[in-house]
Amino acid sequence: MQDLDQIQQRSFKIGVVGLVICIVWAFFNPGQFFHSYLLAYIFWIGIALGSFALLMVQYLSGGVWGLVIRRLLEAATRTFPLLVLLFLPLVLGLRYLYPWARPEEVVKDVILQHKSVYLNIPFFLVRAALYFVAWLSVSHFLNKWSLEQDQMADHRLPEHVEYAKLRRFRLLSGPGLIIYGLTVTFASIDWVMSLEPLWLSTIFGIMFMGGQGISALSFAIIVAVLLTNRTESGVPDPLYAQPLRYVISPTHFHDLGKLLLAFVMLWAYFAFSQFLIIWSGNLPEETPWYLRRMEGGWKWIGLFIILFHFALPFLLLLSRPIKRNRRTLAIIAVWMLLMRLVDLFWIIAPTAQMETGTVSYLHFHWMDILAPIGVGGIWLARFIQQLKSRPLLPLYDPYLEEAFSSTGSKH
Amino acid sequence: MDARPPIYGLMAEFENPSDLVAAARKAYEEGYREMDAYTPFPIEELTEALGFRQTRLPLVVLIGGLIGGVGGYFLQYYTAVIDYPLNIGGRPLNSWPAFIPVTFECAILVASLFAVLGMLALNGLPMPYHPVFNVPRFALATRDRFFLCIEATDPRFDPEATRYFLERLAPRVVYEVEH
Repeated sequence: MQDLDQIQQRSFKIGVVGLVICIVWAFFNPGQFFHSYLLAYIFWIGIALGSFALLMVQYLSGGVWGLVIRRLLEAATRTFPLLVLLFLPLVLGLRYLYPWARPEEVVKDVILQHKSVYLNIPFFLVRAALYFVAWLSVSHFLNKWSLEQDQMADHRLPEHVEYAKLRRFRLLSGPGLIIYGLTVTFASIDWVMSLEPLWLSTIFGIMFMGGQGISALSFAIIVAVLLTNRTESGVPDPLYAQPLRYVISPTHFHDLGKLLLAFVMLWAYFAFSQFLIIWSGNLPEETPWYLRRMEGGWKWIGLFIILFHFALPFLLLLSRPIKRNRRTLAIIAVWMLLMRLVDLFWIIAPTAQMETGTVSYLHFHWMDILAPIGVGGIWLARFIQQLKSRPLLPLYDPYLEEAFSSTGSKH
Repeated sequence: MDARPPIYGLMAEFENPSDLVAAARKAYEEGYREMDAYTPFPIEELTEALGFRQTRLPLVVLIGGLIGGVGGYFLQYYTAVIDYPLNIGGRPLNSWPAFIPVTFECAILVASLFAVLGMLALNGLPMPYHPVFNVPRFALATRDRFFLCIEATDPRFDPEATRYFLERLAPRVVYEVEH
């Protein structure tokens, strides 16, 4: 597929240029650079982690929705090695990001001194390494076994053996999801919550998982639509591009749309729960997080998120025709991805100017846009490269035949 | 009931779902509207082949949801602000964040009640008697046979012509369905 190669090359170029400009600027304004970079990093790793979780959920629950996007999800999980590399710049910027990493501030605050048992640079890095080891190893096996399934093409086994071979996916996915839950909870606390180390919220990690579900599903929908939507010239598609076009139907998009609706509601439920609990408790160590995000113009972003990260997509996704039409569903998916970025901006950006005073005024920096483009370009190039390396459908999954014979009987 | 046609309709039995879907599609093209298909399991394409229109159920559910949401909020507002105002930790009497969960739950509750009752009201269930069961082999509709029934109330229905039309679709048998 010619245009896929083109997208890959272009996004890589754009990514490198964007990132280089940001890195040059980092010498003039390191504080802003690291905040923008963190925003970009959390956004893109959210897609990979969400795909990782959806992949395992699908192995456990079954369902055609997951068979048609499994290879997209798998390709996204194969970007973890790149995401380890992209994490390294953050290591250099811990001092700029996290108050607990600045000795002069820890000296001033008794609570930070107590928290330093957990919040210190060496342990932070060890934990990050552990998260990556967990994500890399579980996703490695899921991808490896899936490839082995493809290689069964020449010697198909009796049906009951093929079904039995699926067992190991489920056996890994169960514990894998528990590992996902724990690591994402701790990672969200380490990387984002500790930007304001005096604040705490126990629902924070789950809120991130809900957001990652939205990101991953939206991303998968967009890629699936792009891959099925192309009707062009006489250039024949290479093999890897063909199956999806003929196989994926409005029913599959309908299912993905329903799941997206569920994730939008799940995210809203978690986000509102956090607000409700803190609002009800009204405790001096918890409320500042919201106060900071409601003062100085930030509340407009907050209201925007309520209306356009939840209310509008919720209402639109209720409609059956909108979910079944790949074009309208793709527009909503693109919008949700943008809103994920806005939401993370609202969470991360207000801490960028914390040291200048108690009230942080609403501010955009061009790096808040360029950094996500830079990281995203490189990530996308890697994703497309991985996507191309395998057939777009798990052709030798014993459930596949059943999945696409919609008029056939269920076993 | 003089206007009642002598039979309920004509029913064709098919051996597999794709024949049924093809038959339903042809019947729709032919202009038949008052017809229904009976299958042992849901068939995705059938709804569209039969020219199934949108039902009013979504509207009923939306109204139920709105009644539940507004009612749920009003219940809390009335209790906390009008009937028995209490100062709780200095918060405003109309503490809307605290009211949201109950409002949401009430909206879901009433919407789902409307969905179930509205579904029953619109499709006429429970229905102790239906003429299609007068065809003895119709019992197979829950096992391995697929039926298409064109009802006599259809304006294009004609006992001879419709029977001829159905037979051309290569069904296993065509039955007359008594009232």
